[in-house]
Amino acid sequence: MTTAPALDVVASEPMVLPRAHRRDALWLGLGVVVLVISMLAGLFVGAVDIPPQDLLGDLVSRIPLVSMHSPLSNVDRAIVWQLRLPRVVLAALVGGMLALCGAAYQGIFRNPLADPYLLGVAAGAGLGATIAIVFAIDITLVGVQALPLFAFVGAVVAVGLAYMVGRSIGAGRSSTTLVLGGVAVAAFLTAMQTFIQQRHTEQLQLVYNWILGSVATAGWGQVTTMLPYAIVALVVILLHGRLLDVMGLGDDAARTLGVRANQVRLVIIGAVTIGTAAAVAVSGLIGFVGIIIPHVVRLLGVRTHRILLPMSMLLGASFLVLCDLVARTVVSPSELPIGVVTAVIGAPCFALVLRTSRVHG
Amino acid sequence: MTHVLLERVSVARGDRMVVSDVSLEIPTGEWVCLIGPNGAGKTTLLHALAALIPHTGRVMLGDRELSRLGRRARAQQIALVQQDSQLPSGMRVADYVMLGRTPYINYFGREGREDRRVVAGVIDQLDLRGLTDRPLAHLSGGERQRVVVARALAQSPSLLLLDEPTTALDLGRQLQVLELIRELQHACDLTILSATHDLTLAAAYADHLALISCGLLVASGTPHEVLTTATLGEHYGVSLRVIHDDDGSLAVIPVRPHARDAKPPAR
Repeated sequence: MTTAPALDVVASEPMVLPRAHRRDALWLGLGVVVLVISMLAGLFVGAVDIPPQDLLGDLVSRIPLVSMHSPLSNVDRAIVWQLRLPRVVLAALVGGMLALCGAAYQGIFRNPLADPYLLGVAAGAGLGATIAIVFAIDITLVGVQALPLFAFVGAVVAVGLAYMVGRSIGAGRSSTTLVLGGVAVAAFLTAMQTFIQQRHTEQLQLVYNWILGSVATAGWGQVTTMLPYAIVALVVILLHGRLLDVMGLGDDAARTLGVRANQVRLVIIGAVTIGTAAAVAVSGLIGFVGIIIPHVVRLLGVRTHRILLPMSMLLGASFLVLCDLVARTVVSPSELPIGVVTAVIGAPCFALVLRTSRVHG
Repeated sequence: MTHVLLERVSVARGDRMVVSDVSLEIPTGEWVCLIGPNGAGKTTLLHALAALIPHTGRVMLGDRELSRLGRRARAQQIALVQQDSQLPSGMRVADYVMLGRTPYINYFGREGREDRRVVAGVIDQLDLRGLTDRPLAHLSGGERQRVVVARALAQSPSLLLLDEPTTALDLGRQLQVLELIRELQHACDLTILSATHDLTLAAAYADHLALISCGLLVASGTPHEVLTTATLGEHYGVSLRVIHDDDGSLAVIPVRPHARDAKPPAR
């Protein structure tokens, strides 16, 4: 009884659906190429002029079993390996994580306006960071300093609160009550943060520096801090690609297909929270990437989460690497906050993409 | 052979009993249609069978009790076509129909050869071949409903639950969809339980009707047995005329409360 007899009736002219693998692979290959080009651009361009061919030579000389002397001086090598590369990698990690999490939330909440900060991550991290800065808290836990630590904890606590509030409002534990819980918690935490800032205006600039975001880094500390959380979030979210498609049918339909909708949503919320909190902790509140990149990927014609998720990650990573490139070059030797760049570049680009896609149907 | 057997099934929403003590038997391969006024409990009963809301009483599916089946095992047996199905607008038809294979795919798995074969079969059967690459948002009302039915059939169910499958369609499309469902019923030996407002169409297509009123099963049997002026008048609270045609078909016609007046009474 488990296989419908009728399906054998049509076997007269069997049509087997083409596997989607080839098209999928093409998209992902394109995404990887864009990311590699962006990252190379990020490596090549900087305040100090390092000839690209020397930099390439240095890269080649680092490949195992290749015996070649690096053409770079020690200072140049330090610039590349301890300043530029960690910064490029951090931008890619943060951008990729925010876009991936945004795509996952848009799927799980069936809401195109969802972004990774939906359930209060930004407000919680903001309050945590403000407390760490204003009260000049000076502790480190397993090598992590107070600012990222407080931001991370604040973000996780905020989402936990939002989830509890959301569950207590609606017996149904629907996605709408969760979002409302997030709104309530975010409003409360933001008010707290504003209050603390108003009482300590002398540190206001430091707080704003953090809020506007930065992937400036010396060495690999922030990358290694974020990496484990990013990997966990990434693996969990990417594994849920097909289930996110099922969730798009609505909770009831997902249940009739044997999927525990609430459980899937909870797992995704957990993974997004960890990934986003880690990204925010090391880079501040970089807006726009998480909401816009998944839409751009959809406009490219990618429709299933199995491809939407990794493509969002690759393009989000590329986008933030390029934004950081702009942030540190346009007003060189000074720098623009990267959050400003993502919005100033991203918003018009997005409007343009939306417009052209509309014109061409 | 009895396929679905409901024994004193009751469903509560909050404190309110919406379905009370319904007992019903559906033989394998039969189409039973639930009829009844708005709020009678038709949709609630379908949702209970799809395990979207808990019920008391016993539901047997073949020789197995519904509540003993696991989520996936149940989803392999029972498919529900909801009244207003959410279609993820950008998704393409083939991907959407493939989601019906979810009960057969592991949590983190992806579809295999057998799943693609079944989906291809369903797409052929519902004449959707030309639409496989079409985004769901670009479908007409009739096409949408066919695609939703296709997703349900991809579950390879033995029991198909249909909640108002034709409400939003024009008369021509309604007949097309119902004809299609009847073909599938015979071709797949599907057992079907549907719910509808349209008594005439219910009479034309279903093997048996079950009239539900205020959560109680008040009449069941063939269309001729259930659709009588007296029964309908009692439960719908209006005058209805039942017309029997020579070929055995049957039509229910509403009678205006003041039909003899030349004009409706002034308000």
